[in-house]
Amino acid sequence: MATICEVAQNHIIEVKGFSFYYAGVDSPNLKNINMPIGEGAVTALIGPSGCGKTTLLRCFNRMHDLYPGNRYRGEIVFEGRNILTKKEDLIKLRTRIGMIFQKPTPFPMSIYDNVAYGLRLQGIKSRSELDGRVEQALKDAALWKEVGDRLKESGTALSGGQQQRLCIARAIAVEPDVLLFDEPTSALDPISTQAIEELIIKLKERVTIVIVTHNMQQAARVSDYTAFMYLGDLIEMGVTEELFITPKEEMTEQYITGKFG
Amino acid sequence: MNRAIDLIFHNTTRFFAISVLIVLVALFAVLFNEAKPAMDAFGLDFVVNSKWAPNMEIFGGFPAIYGSIVSTLIAMLIATPIAIGIAIFLSELAPPWLAVPVGMAIELLAAIPSIIYGMWGLFYLAPILRDIWGGNGLGLMTAGIVLSIMILPFMAAITRDAMKTTPDILKESAYGMGATRWEVLKDVVIPYVKSGIIGSIILALGRAVGETMAVTFVMGNAHKVPDSIFKPATSIPVTLANEFTEADTDLYYSSLFYLALILLLISFTVIATAKFWFLRNLRERRI
Repeated sequence: MATICEVAQNHIIEVKGFSFYYAGVDSPNLKNINMPIGEGAVTALIGPSGCGKTTLLRCFNRMHDLYPGNRYRGEIVFEGRNILTKKEDLIKLRTRIGMIFQKPTPFPMSIYDNVAYGLRLQGIKSRSELDGRVEQALKDAALWKEVGDRLKESGTALSGGQQQRLCIARAIAVEPDVLLFDEPTSALDPISTQAIEELIIKLKERVTIVIVTHNMQQAARVSDYTAFMYLGDLIEMGVTEELFITPKEEMTEQYITGKFG
Repeated sequence: MNRAIDLIFHNTTRFFAISVLIVLVALFAVLFNEAKPAMDAFGLDFVVNSKWAPNMEIFGGFPAIYGSIVSTLIAMLIATPIAIGIAIFLSELAPPWLAVPVGMAIELLAAIPSIIYGMWGLFYLAPILRDIWGGNGLGLMTAGIVLSIMILPFMAAITRDAMKTTPDILKESAYGMGATRWEVLKDVVIPYVKSGIIGSIILALGRAVGETMAVTFVMGNAHKVPDSIFKPATSIPVTLANEFTEADTDLYYSSLFYLALILLLISFTVIATAKFWFLRNLRERRI
Protein backbone atom coordinates (compact mmCIF):
# COMPACT_ATOMS: atom_id res chain seq x y z
CA MET A 1 0.00 0.00 0.00
CA ALA A 2 1.17 3.47 -0.82
CA THR A 3 2.12 5.96 1.86
CA ILE A 4 -0.19 8.93 1.59
CA CYS A 5 0.04 12.05 3.72
CA GLU A 6 -2.83 14.04 5.16
CA VAL A 7 -4.11 16.64 2.71
CA ALA A 8 -5.34 19.51 4.84
CA GLN A 9 -7.38 21.27 2.17
CA ASN A 10 -10.81 20.22 1.03
CA HIS A 11 -10.40 17.28 -1.35
CA ILE A 12 -11.67 18.71 -4.64
CA ILE A 13 -10.77 15.44 -6.36
CA GLU A 14 -10.58 12.06 -4.66
CA VAL A 15 -9.17 9.09 -6.57
CA LYS A 16 -10.54 5.86 -5.07
CA GLY A 17 -9.40 2.33 -5.93
CA PHE A 18 -8.77 3.52 -9.48
CA SER A 19 -7.32 1.39 -12.27
CA PHE A 20 -6.93 2.21 -15.94
CA TYR A 21 -6.60 -0.12 -18.93
CA TYR A 22 -5.50 0.98 -22.40
CA ALA A 23 -7.43 -0.42 -25.36
CA GLY A 24 -6.45 -3.99 -26.20
CA VAL A 25 -4.30 -4.43 -23.07
CA ASP A 26 -5.45 -6.84 -20.36
CA SER A 27 -3.18 -5.68 -17.56
CA PRO A 28 -3.88 -2.29 -16.01
CA ASN A 29 -1.63 0.66 -16.81
CA LEU A 30 -2.61 2.26 -13.49
CA LYS A 31 -3.14 -0.07 -10.53
CA ASN A 32 -5.53 0.61 -7.69
CA ILE A 33 -4.63 4.28 -7.14
CA ASN A 34 -5.94 6.14 -4.09
CA MET A 35 -5.13 9.82 -3.95
CA PRO A 36 -6.62 13.07 -2.70
CA ILE A 37 -6.16 16.37 -4.57
CA GLY A 38 -6.30 19.40 -2.27
CA GLU A 39 -8.35 22.38 -3.38
CA GLY A 40 -6.23 25.44 -4.15
CA ALA A 41 -3.02 23.44 -3.87
CA VAL A 42 -0.48 22.43 -6.49
CA THR A 43 -0.04 18.67 -6.67
CA ALA A 44 2.91 17.37 -8.69
CA LEU A 45 3.07 13.88 -10.21
CA ILE A 46 6.63 12.63 -10.64
CA GLY A 47 8.23 9.36 -11.66
CA PRO A 48 10.31 7.79 -14.42
CA SER A 49 9.03 7.56 -18.02
CA GLY A 50 6.22 5.06 -18.36
CA CYS A 51 5.22 5.25 -14.69
CA GLY A 52 1.69 6.35 -15.62
CA LYS A 53 1.79 9.97 -14.42
CA THR A 54 0.52 11.43 -17.71
CA THR A 55 -1.97 8.57 -18.07
CA LEU A 56 -3.39 9.45 -14.65
CA LEU A 57 -3.53 13.16 -15.45
CA ARG A 58 -5.51 12.46 -18.63
CA CYS A 59 -8.08 10.51 -16.59
CA PHE A 60 -9.11 13.64 -14.67
CA ASN A 61 -10.68 15.21 -17.77
CA ARG A 62 -11.36 11.82 -19.40
CA MET A 63 -9.14 12.64 -22.38
CA HIS A 64 -8.73 8.87 -22.88
CA ASP A 65 -12.34 8.74 -24.09
CA LEU A 66 -11.24 10.27 -27.40
CA TYR A 67 -9.69 6.93 -28.31
CA PRO A 68 -11.97 3.90 -28.31
CA GLY A 69 -11.46 0.90 -26.05
CA ASN A 70 -9.81 2.55 -23.03
CA ARG A 71 -11.35 1.41 -19.73
CA TYR A 72 -11.60 2.89 -16.23
CA ARG A 73 -12.20 0.94 -12.99
CA GLY A 74 -12.86 2.45 -9.59
CA GLU A 75 -13.81 6.05 -8.93
CA ILE A 76 -12.59 9.58 -9.45
CA VAL A 77 -14.81 11.81 -7.34
CA PHE A 78 -15.01 15.47 -8.33
CA GLU A 79 -17.45 17.87 -6.68
CA GLY A 80 -19.04 14.94 -4.89
CA ARG A 81 -19.78 12.73 -7.91
CA ASN A 82 -17.93 9.96 -9.67
CA ILE A 83 -16.92 11.39 -13.05
CA LEU A 84 -16.22 7.97 -14.57
CA THR A 85 -19.86 7.11 -15.14
CA LYS A 86 -21.39 6.90 -18.60
CA LYS A 87 -23.79 9.73 -17.92
CA GLU A 88 -21.03 12.24 -17.10
CA ASP A 89 -21.25 15.23 -19.48
CA LEU A 90 -17.67 15.32 -20.79
CA ILE A 91 -18.07 18.69 -22.48
CA LYS A 92 -19.15 20.29 -19.20
CA LEU A 93 -16.48 18.38 -17.25
CA ARG A 94 -13.73 19.71 -19.53
CA THR A 95 -14.86 23.28 -19.03
CA ARG A 96 -14.44 22.72 -15.26
CA ILE A 97 -11.11 20.85 -15.58
CA GLY A 98 -8.80 22.49 -18.15
CA MET A 99 -5.57 21.15 -19.58
CA ILE A 100 -2.18 22.47 -20.75
CA PHE A 101 -0.04 20.20 -22.92
CA GLN A 102 3.66 19.30 -23.37
CA LYS A 103 3.89 21.53 -26.39
CA PRO A 104 2.14 24.86 -26.88
CA THR A 105 -1.04 24.29 -28.89
CA PRO A 106 -2.33 27.63 -30.13
CA PHE A 107 -5.26 27.20 -32.50
CA PRO A 108 -4.82 28.47 -36.07
CA MET A 109 -6.57 31.77 -35.33
CA SER A 110 -5.79 35.17 -33.83
CA ILE A 111 -4.52 35.72 -30.28
CA TYR A 112 -7.88 37.22 -29.32
CA ASP A 113 -9.87 34.36 -30.84
CA ASN A 114 -7.64 31.81 -29.11
CA VAL A 115 -8.41 33.26 -25.67
CA ALA A 116 -12.08 33.86 -26.51
CA TYR A 117 -12.46 30.31 -27.85
CA GLY A 118 -13.69 28.63 -24.68
CA LEU A 119 -15.91 31.58 -23.82
CA ARG A 120 -17.57 31.45 -27.23
CA LEU A 121 -18.06 27.69 -26.87
CA GLN A 122 -20.02 28.50 -23.72
CA GLY A 123 -22.25 30.78 -25.75
CA ILE A 124 -20.88 34.16 -24.65
CA LYS A 125 -21.43 36.53 -27.57
CA SER A 126 -21.38 39.99 -26.02
CA ARG A 127 -18.42 41.85 -27.47
CA SER A 128 -17.77 43.89 -24.35
CA GLU A 129 -17.85 40.85 -22.06
CA LEU A 130 -15.51 38.96 -24.39
CA ASP A 131 -13.14 41.94 -24.59
CA GLY A 132 -13.02 42.23 -20.81
CA ARG A 133 -12.48 38.56 -20.12
CA VAL A 134 -9.87 38.15 -22.86
CA GLU A 135 -7.92 41.08 -21.44
CA GLN A 136 -8.21 39.74 -17.88
CA ALA A 137 -7.10 36.24 -18.91
CA LEU A 138 -4.11 37.61 -20.82
CA LYS A 139 -3.17 39.74 -17.80
CA ASP A 140 -3.51 36.75 -15.48
CA ALA A 141 -1.29 34.74 -17.82
CA ALA A 142 1.33 37.55 -17.77
CA LEU A 143 1.03 37.98 -21.52
CA TRP A 144 -0.98 41.19 -21.84
CA LYS A 145 2.07 43.48 -21.84
CA GLU A 146 3.58 41.60 -24.76
CA VAL A 147 0.51 41.09 -26.96
CA GLY A 148 -2.08 43.65 -25.78
CA ASP A 149 -1.49 45.81 -28.84
CA ARG A 150 -1.58 43.00 -31.41
CA LEU A 151 -4.52 40.80 -30.50
CA LYS A 152 -5.48 40.38 -34.16
CA GLU A 153 -2.22 38.64 -35.06
CA SER A 154 -2.03 34.88 -35.39
CA GLY A 155 -1.45 32.96 -32.17
CA THR A 156 0.93 30.63 -34.01
CA ALA A 157 3.30 33.54 -34.76
CA LEU A 158 4.28 33.99 -31.07
CA SER A 159 7.42 32.51 -29.51
CA GLY A 160 7.18 29.11 -27.82
CA GLY A 161 7.02 30.55 -24.30
CA GLN A 162 4.42 33.12 -25.32
CA GLN A 163 2.38 30.41 -27.05
CA GLN A 164 2.34 28.36 -23.86
CA ARG A 165 1.20 31.38 -21.82
CA LEU A 166 -1.45 31.98 -24.50
CA CYS A 167 -2.67 28.42 -23.92
CA ILE A 168 -2.78 29.10 -20.17
CA ALA A 169 -4.74 32.32 -20.81
CA ARG A 170 -7.14 30.35 -23.02
CA ALA A 171 -7.60 27.76 -20.28
CA ILE A 172 -8.14 30.21 -17.39
CA ALA A 173 -10.46 32.48 -19.39
CA VAL A 174 -13.32 30.04 -18.76
CA GLU A 175 -12.50 30.07 -15.02
CA PRO A 176 -12.09 26.34 -14.46
CA ASP A 177 -11.87 24.78 -10.99
CA VAL A 178 -8.89 22.61 -11.84
CA LEU A 179 -6.03 22.99 -14.33
CA LEU A 180 -4.05 19.97 -15.46
CA PHE A 181 -0.49 20.67 -16.65
CA ASP A 182 1.17 17.90 -18.65
CA GLU A 183 4.92 18.65 -18.61
CA PRO A 184 4.12 22.23 -19.64
CA THR A 185 7.74 23.37 -19.90
CA SER A 186 9.35 20.38 -21.58
CA ALA A 187 9.50 22.21 -24.94
CA LEU A 188 10.58 25.58 -23.50
CA ASP A 189 13.85 27.35 -22.74
CA PRO A 190 14.88 28.10 -19.11
CA ILE A 191 13.60 31.69 -19.10
CA SER A 192 10.18 30.74 -20.50
CA THR A 193 10.13 27.84 -18.03
CA GLN A 194 10.68 30.22 -15.14
CA ALA A 195 7.84 32.45 -16.35
CA ILE A 196 5.46 29.46 -16.48
CA GLU A 197 6.51 28.28 -13.02
CA GLU A 198 5.91 31.73 -11.51
CA LEU A 199 2.52 31.73 -13.21
CA ILE A 200 1.61 28.36 -11.72
CA ILE A 201 2.45 29.57 -8.20
CA LYS A 202 0.37 32.71 -8.77
CA LEU A 203 -2.58 30.82 -10.26
CA LYS A 204 -3.07 28.47 -7.31
CA GLU A 205 -4.81 31.28 -5.43
CA ARG A 206 -7.84 30.71 -7.65
CA VAL A 207 -7.52 27.30 -9.24
CA THR A 208 -6.43 23.84 -8.17
CA ILE A 209 -3.43 22.61 -10.13
CA VAL A 210 -2.16 19.13 -10.92
CA ILE A 211 1.14 19.10 -12.76
CA VAL A 212 3.03 16.23 -14.33
CA THR A 213 6.75 16.88 -14.56
CA HIS A 214 9.84 14.87 -15.32
CA ASN A 215 11.86 17.55 -13.57
CA MET A 216 12.12 17.00 -9.81
CA GLN A 217 13.45 20.51 -9.17
CA GLN A 218 10.36 21.86 -10.86
CA ALA A 219 8.12 19.75 -8.64
CA ALA A 220 10.04 20.99 -5.59
CA ARG A 221 9.76 24.61 -6.72
CA VAL A 222 6.07 24.83 -7.59
CA SER A 223 4.14 22.16 -5.73
CA ASP A 224 2.60 21.79 -2.27
CA TYR A 225 2.17 18.03 -2.57
CA THR A 226 4.17 15.57 -4.61
CA ALA A 227 3.11 12.08 -5.64
CA PHE A 228 5.74 9.61 -6.78
CA MET A 229 4.57 6.94 -9.19
CA TYR A 230 6.36 3.88 -10.49
CA LEU A 231 5.18 1.31 -13.06
CA GLY A 232 1.53 2.23 -12.65
CA ASP A 233 1.56 2.27 -8.84
CA LEU A 234 1.34 5.29 -6.61
CA ILE A 235 4.30 4.70 -4.30
CA GLU A 236 4.18 7.72 -2.04
CA MET A 237 2.39 11.02 -1.77
CA GLY A 238 3.65 13.65 0.64
CA VAL A 239 3.95 17.32 1.46
CA THR A 240 6.56 18.36 -1.10
CA GLU A 241 9.37 19.38 1.28
CA GLU A 242 8.91 16.28 3.40
CA LEU A 243 8.85 13.96 0.40
CA PHE A 244 12.08 15.35 -0.99
CA ILE A 245 13.90 15.60 2.37
CA THR A 246 12.58 12.63 4.31
CA PRO A 247 10.86 10.20 1.96
CA LYS A 248 9.09 7.38 3.74
CA GLU A 249 9.36 4.77 1.01
CA GLU A 250 12.70 3.32 0.01
CA MET A 251 11.83 3.49 -3.68
CA THR A 252 11.03 7.19 -3.45
CA GLU A 253 14.37 7.81 -1.83
CA GLN A 254 16.19 5.86 -4.53
CA TYR A 255 14.40 7.82 -7.25
CA ILE A 256 14.93 11.30 -5.82
CA THR A 257 18.58 10.58 -5.09
CA GLY A 258 19.06 9.51 -8.70
CA LYS A 259 19.69 5.79 -8.12
CA PHE A 260 17.30 5.00 -10.98
CA GLY A 261 15.13 6.94 -13.35
CA MET B 1 39.84 6.18 -59.67
CA ASN B 2 37.15 6.76 -57.03
CA ARG B 3 37.16 10.40 -57.94
CA ALA B 4 36.53 9.55 -61.59
CA ILE B 5 33.55 7.32 -60.72
CA ASP B 6 32.17 10.05 -58.51
CA LEU B 7 32.52 12.56 -61.31
CA ILE B 8 30.85 10.30 -63.89
CA PHE B 9 28.05 9.52 -61.46
CA HIS B 10 27.55 13.19 -60.68
CA ASN B 11 27.43 14.22 -64.34
CA THR B 12 25.18 11.37 -65.45
CA THR B 13 22.54 12.09 -62.83
CA ARG B 14 22.81 15.79 -63.57
CA PHE B 15 22.18 15.09 -67.24
CA PHE B 16 19.09 13.04 -66.37
CA ALA B 17 17.76 15.84 -64.21
CA ILE B 18 18.42 18.54 -66.78
CA SER B 19 16.81 16.46 -69.54
CA VAL B 20 13.45 17.11 -67.81
CA LEU B 21 13.94 20.82 -68.38
CA ILE B 22 14.97 20.19 -71.99
CA VAL B 23 11.80 18.18 -72.64
CA LEU B 24 9.66 20.92 -71.13
CA VAL B 25 11.27 23.64 -73.20
CA ALA B 26 11.16 21.48 -76.36
CA LEU B 27 7.48 20.77 -75.79
CA PHE B 28 6.68 24.45 -75.50
CA ALA B 29 8.84 25.25 -78.54
CA VAL B 30 7.13 22.67 -80.76
CA LEU B 31 3.62 23.74 -79.71
CA PHE B 32 4.48 27.38 -80.18
CA ASN B 33 6.11 26.78 -83.54
CA GLU B 34 3.23 24.71 -84.90
CA ALA B 35 0.65 27.15 -83.53
CA LYS B 36 2.45 30.14 -85.05
CA PRO B 37 0.50 30.28 -88.37
CA ALA B 38 -2.84 30.23 -86.52
CA MET B 39 -1.60 32.84 -84.04
CA ASP B 40 -0.54 35.06 -86.90
CA ALA B 41 -3.85 34.56 -88.70
CA PHE B 42 -6.26 35.02 -85.75
CA GLY B 43 -4.23 36.61 -82.95
CA LEU B 44 -5.89 36.74 -79.53
CA ASP B 45 -9.34 36.88 -81.17
CA PHE B 46 -8.98 33.12 -81.43
CA VAL B 47 -9.71 32.88 -77.72
CA VAL B 48 -13.06 34.71 -77.94
CA ASN B 49 -14.22 33.77 -81.45
CA SER B 50 -16.80 31.00 -81.35
CA LYS B 51 -17.05 30.20 -85.05
CA TRP B 52 -15.33 26.96 -86.02
CA ALA B 53 -15.77 26.44 -89.78
CA PRO B 54 -12.96 24.34 -91.27
CA ASN B 55 -14.43 24.54 -94.79
CA MET B 56 -14.18 28.35 -94.69
CA GLU B 57 -10.79 28.32 -92.96
CA ILE B 58 -12.27 30.15 -89.95
CA PHE B 59 -11.24 28.88 -86.58
CA GLY B 60 -12.27 30.20 -83.18
CA GLY B 61 -11.28 28.44 -79.98
CA PHE B 62 -13.98 29.80 -77.68
CA PRO B 63 -16.40 26.80 -77.72
CA ALA B 64 -13.61 24.41 -76.79
CA ILE B 65 -12.16 26.71 -74.12
CA TYR B 66 -15.66 27.37 -72.75
CA GLY B 67 -16.46 23.64 -72.73
CA SER B 68 -13.25 22.81 -70.90
CA ILE B 69 -13.81 25.45 -68.24
CA VAL B 70 -17.53 24.85 -67.72
CA SER B 71 -17.32 21.04 -67.59
CA THR B 72 -14.44 21.40 -65.10
CA LEU B 73 -16.39 23.86 -62.95
CA ILE B 74 -19.41 21.54 -62.88
CA ALA B 75 -17.13 18.67 -61.87
CA MET B 76 -15.53 20.74 -59.09
CA LEU B 77 -18.89 21.92 -57.76
CA ILE B 78 -20.10 18.34 -57.47
CA ALA B 79 -16.88 16.71 -56.30
CA THR B 80 -15.49 19.22 -53.77
CA PRO B 81 -18.16 19.01 -51.05
CA ILE B 82 -18.50 15.23 -51.39
CA ALA B 83 -14.72 14.72 -51.30
CA ILE B 84 -14.35 16.91 -48.20
CA GLY B 85 -17.22 15.03 -46.57
CA ILE B 86 -15.56 11.68 -47.29
CA ALA B 87 -12.23 12.99 -46.00
CA ILE B 88 -13.79 14.29 -42.77
CA PHE B 89 -15.56 11.00 -42.17
CA LEU B 90 -12.48 8.88 -42.86
CA SER B 91 -9.98 10.95 -40.90
CA GLU B 92 -12.05 12.11 -37.94
CA LEU B 93 -15.21 10.10 -37.47
CA ALA B 94 -14.95 6.56 -38.84
CA PRO B 95 -13.78 3.71 -36.60
CA PRO B 96 -10.58 2.04 -37.92
CA TRP B 97 -12.39 -1.13 -39.06
CA LEU B 98 -14.36 1.04 -41.50
CA ALA B 99 -11.83 3.77 -42.32
CA VAL B 100 -9.13 1.34 -43.51
CA PRO B 101 -11.13 -0.63 -46.13
CA VAL B 102 -13.00 2.46 -47.37
CA GLY B 103 -9.72 4.37 -47.61
CA MET B 104 -8.20 1.54 -49.64
CA ALA B 105 -11.24 1.38 -51.93
CA ILE B 106 -10.88 5.10 -52.60
CA GLU B 107 -7.23 4.73 -53.49
CA LEU B 108 -8.16 1.88 -55.86
CA LEU B 109 -10.87 3.99 -57.49
CA ALA B 110 -8.30 6.71 -58.12
CA ALA B 111 -6.31 4.19 -60.14
CA ILE B 112 -9.10 3.30 -62.63
CA PRO B 113 -8.08 4.31 -66.18
CA SER B 114 -10.13 7.30 -67.30
CA ILE B 115 -11.42 5.63 -70.48
CA ILE B 116 -13.39 3.24 -68.29
CA TYR B 117 -15.18 6.19 -66.73
CA GLY B 118 -15.86 7.44 -70.29
CA MET B 119 -17.34 4.12 -71.39
CA TRP B 120 -19.44 3.89 -68.28
CA GLY B 121 -20.63 7.46 -68.89
CA LEU B 122 -21.62 6.82 -72.50
CA PHE B 123 -23.25 3.41 -72.15
CA TYR B 124 -24.75 3.60 -68.68
CA LEU B 125 -25.03 7.18 -67.41
CA ALA B 126 -26.02 8.96 -70.65
CA PRO B 127 -29.17 6.84 -71.27
CA ILE B 128 -30.32 7.54 -67.70
CA LEU B 129 -29.72 11.29 -68.08
CA ARG B 130 -31.48 11.24 -71.47
CA ASP B 131 -34.59 10.01 -69.69
CA ILE B 132 -34.29 12.77 -67.10
CA TRP B 133 -33.63 15.90 -69.16
CA GLY B 134 -34.14 14.78 -72.73
CA GLY B 135 -31.87 15.41 -75.74
CA ASN B 136 -29.32 12.71 -76.35
CA GLY B 137 -28.03 12.78 -72.77
CA LEU B 138 -24.63 14.03 -73.85
CA GLY B 139 -23.13 17.43 -73.09
CA LEU B 140 -21.38 19.60 -70.51
CA MET B 141 -23.46 18.38 -67.57
CA THR B 142 -22.87 14.72 -68.39
CA ALA B 143 -19.17 15.40 -68.89
CA GLY B 144 -19.11 17.29 -65.59
CA ILE B 145 -20.73 14.39 -63.74
CA VAL B 146 -18.33 11.82 -65.21
CA LEU B 147 -15.38 14.08 -64.45
CA SER B 148 -16.56 14.65 -60.89
CA ILE B 149 -16.75 10.91 -60.29
CA MET B 150 -13.30 10.53 -61.78
CA ILE B 151 -11.61 13.19 -59.61
CA LEU B 152 -13.57 12.46 -56.43
CA PRO B 153 -11.41 9.62 -55.07
CA PHE B 154 -8.25 11.53 -55.85
CA MET B 155 -9.49 14.64 -54.05
CA ALA B 156 -10.86 12.68 -51.11
CA ALA B 157 -7.58 10.79 -50.66
CA ILE B 158 -5.41 13.92 -50.67
CA THR B 159 -7.78 15.85 -48.40
CA ARG B 160 -7.90 12.94 -45.97
CA ASP B 161 -4.10 12.76 -45.88
CA ALA B 162 -3.96 16.51 -45.26
CA MET B 163 -6.45 16.22 -42.39
CA LYS B 164 -4.43 13.44 -40.81
CA THR B 165 -1.52 15.86 -40.43
CA THR B 166 -3.42 17.81 -37.74
CA PRO B 167 -1.47 17.03 -34.55
CA ASP B 168 -3.48 14.97 -32.03
CA ILE B 169 -2.33 17.32 -29.28
CA LEU B 170 -3.96 20.27 -31.09
CA LYS B 171 -7.27 18.45 -31.39
CA GLU B 172 -6.98 17.31 -27.77
CA SER B 173 -6.54 20.86 -26.58
CA ALA B 174 -9.76 21.84 -28.33
CA TYR B 175 -11.58 18.85 -26.82
CA GLY B 176 -9.96 19.84 -23.52
CA MET B 177 -11.76 23.20 -23.74
CA GLY B 178 -15.08 21.37 -23.96
CA ALA B 179 -15.45 21.49 -27.74
CA THR B 180 -17.65 18.98 -29.57
CA ARG B 181 -16.41 16.95 -32.54
CA TRP B 182 -18.05 19.35 -34.96
CA GLU B 183 -16.46 22.36 -33.23
CA VAL B 184 -13.02 20.73 -33.27
CA LEU B 185 -13.42 20.05 -37.00
CA LYS B 186 -14.72 23.49 -37.86
CA ASP B 187 -12.40 25.56 -35.65
CA VAL B 188 -9.19 23.54 -35.57
CA VAL B 189 -8.85 20.77 -38.15
CA ILE B 190 -10.21 22.57 -41.21
CA PRO B 191 -8.37 25.89 -40.57
CA TYR B 192 -5.19 23.92 -39.85
CA VAL B 193 -5.33 21.97 -43.14
CA LYS B 194 -7.02 24.68 -45.19
CA SER B 195 -4.14 25.12 -47.60
CA GLY B 196 -3.85 21.35 -48.03
CA ILE B 197 -7.53 21.16 -48.97
CA ILE B 198 -7.19 24.03 -51.44
CA GLY B 199 -4.09 22.37 -52.90
CA SER B 200 -6.01 19.13 -53.44
CA ILE B 201 -8.85 21.01 -55.11
CA ILE B 202 -6.46 22.73 -57.50
CA LEU B 203 -4.62 19.50 -58.34
CA ALA B 204 -7.96 17.83 -59.10
CA LEU B 205 -8.85 20.85 -61.23
CA GLY B 206 -5.66 20.35 -63.20
CA ARG B 207 -6.62 16.74 -63.87
CA ALA B 208 -10.15 17.65 -64.89
CA VAL B 209 -9.13 20.43 -67.30
CA GLY B 210 -6.82 18.17 -69.28
CA GLU B 211 -8.93 15.03 -69.11
CA THR B 212 -9.54 13.57 -72.59
CA MET B 213 -10.79 10.01 -72.59
CA ALA B 214 -13.46 10.27 -69.92
CA VAL B 215 -15.12 13.26 -71.59
CA THR B 216 -14.62 12.52 -75.31
CA PHE B 217 -17.34 9.87 -75.12
CA VAL B 218 -19.90 11.99 -73.31
CA MET B 219 -19.35 15.56 -74.49
CA GLY B 220 -21.47 15.14 -77.63
CA ASN B 221 -18.86 16.77 -79.83
CA ALA B 222 -20.69 19.85 -81.10
CA HIS B 223 -18.46 22.75 -82.06
CA LYS B 224 -20.49 25.58 -80.66
CA VAL B 225 -21.27 27.22 -77.35
CA PRO B 226 -24.45 25.40 -76.26
CA ASP B 227 -27.35 27.45 -74.91
CA SER B 228 -27.73 24.96 -72.08
CA ILE B 229 -25.34 22.77 -70.12
CA PHE B 230 -27.56 19.81 -70.99
CA LYS B 231 -26.77 20.05 -74.71
CA PRO B 232 -23.80 18.67 -76.65
CA ALA B 233 -20.61 20.74 -76.60
CA THR B 234 -16.87 20.19 -76.90
CA SER B 235 -13.68 20.87 -74.94
CA ILE B 236 -10.06 21.39 -75.90
CA PRO B 237 -8.88 17.80 -75.37
CA VAL B 238 -12.02 16.46 -77.06
CA THR B 239 -11.44 18.65 -80.12
CA LEU B 240 -7.81 17.61 -80.32
CA ALA B 241 -8.60 13.91 -79.95
CA ASN B 242 -11.29 14.03 -82.63
CA GLU B 243 -9.98 16.38 -85.29
CA PHE B 244 -6.30 15.80 -86.02
CA THR B 245 -7.21 13.08 -88.51
CA GLU B 246 -9.50 15.54 -90.30
CA ALA B 247 -7.10 18.49 -90.35
CA ASP B 248 -6.54 18.72 -94.10
CA THR B 249 -5.24 22.30 -94.29
CA ASP B 250 -2.21 23.91 -92.66
CA LEU B 251 -4.32 26.50 -90.89
CA TYR B 252 -6.69 23.83 -89.50
CA TYR B 253 -3.68 21.85 -88.27
CA SER B 254 -2.07 24.94 -86.78
CA SER B 255 -5.31 26.01 -85.06
CA LEU B 256 -5.44 22.68 -83.25
CA PHE B 257 -1.91 23.33 -82.03
CA TYR B 258 -2.99 26.77 -80.89
CA LEU B 259 -5.71 25.11 -78.80
CA ALA B 260 -3.17 22.67 -77.40
CA LEU B 261 -0.92 25.56 -76.40
CA ILE B 262 -3.82 27.24 -74.60
CA LEU B 263 -4.60 23.98 -72.78
CA LEU B 264 -0.97 23.65 -71.73
CA LEU B 265 -0.99 27.21 -70.38
CA ILE B 266 -4.20 26.58 -68.41
CA SER B 267 -2.84 23.34 -66.89
CA PHE B 268 0.47 24.99 -66.18
CA THR B 269 -1.17 27.86 -64.32
CA VAL B 270 -3.32 25.47 -62.31
CA ILE B 271 -0.40 23.26 -61.28
CA ALA B 272 1.82 26.25 -60.48
CA THR B 273 -0.93 27.61 -58.22
CA ALA B 274 -1.28 24.24 -56.51
CA LYS B 275 2.47 24.05 -55.95
CA PHE B 276 2.41 27.52 -54.43
CA TRP B 277 -0.34 26.46 -52.03
CA PHE B 278 1.50 23.32 -51.01
CA LEU B 279 4.69 25.25 -50.33
CA ARG B 280 2.80 27.68 -48.13
CA ASN B 281 1.19 24.75 -46.45
CA LEU B 282 4.59 23.31 -45.54
CA ARG B 283 5.77 26.60 -44.11
CA GLU B 284 2.69 26.84 -41.91
CA ARG B 285 3.41 23.49 -40.26
CA ARG B 286 5.00 24.72 -37.09
CA ILE B 287 3.47 22.81 -34.24
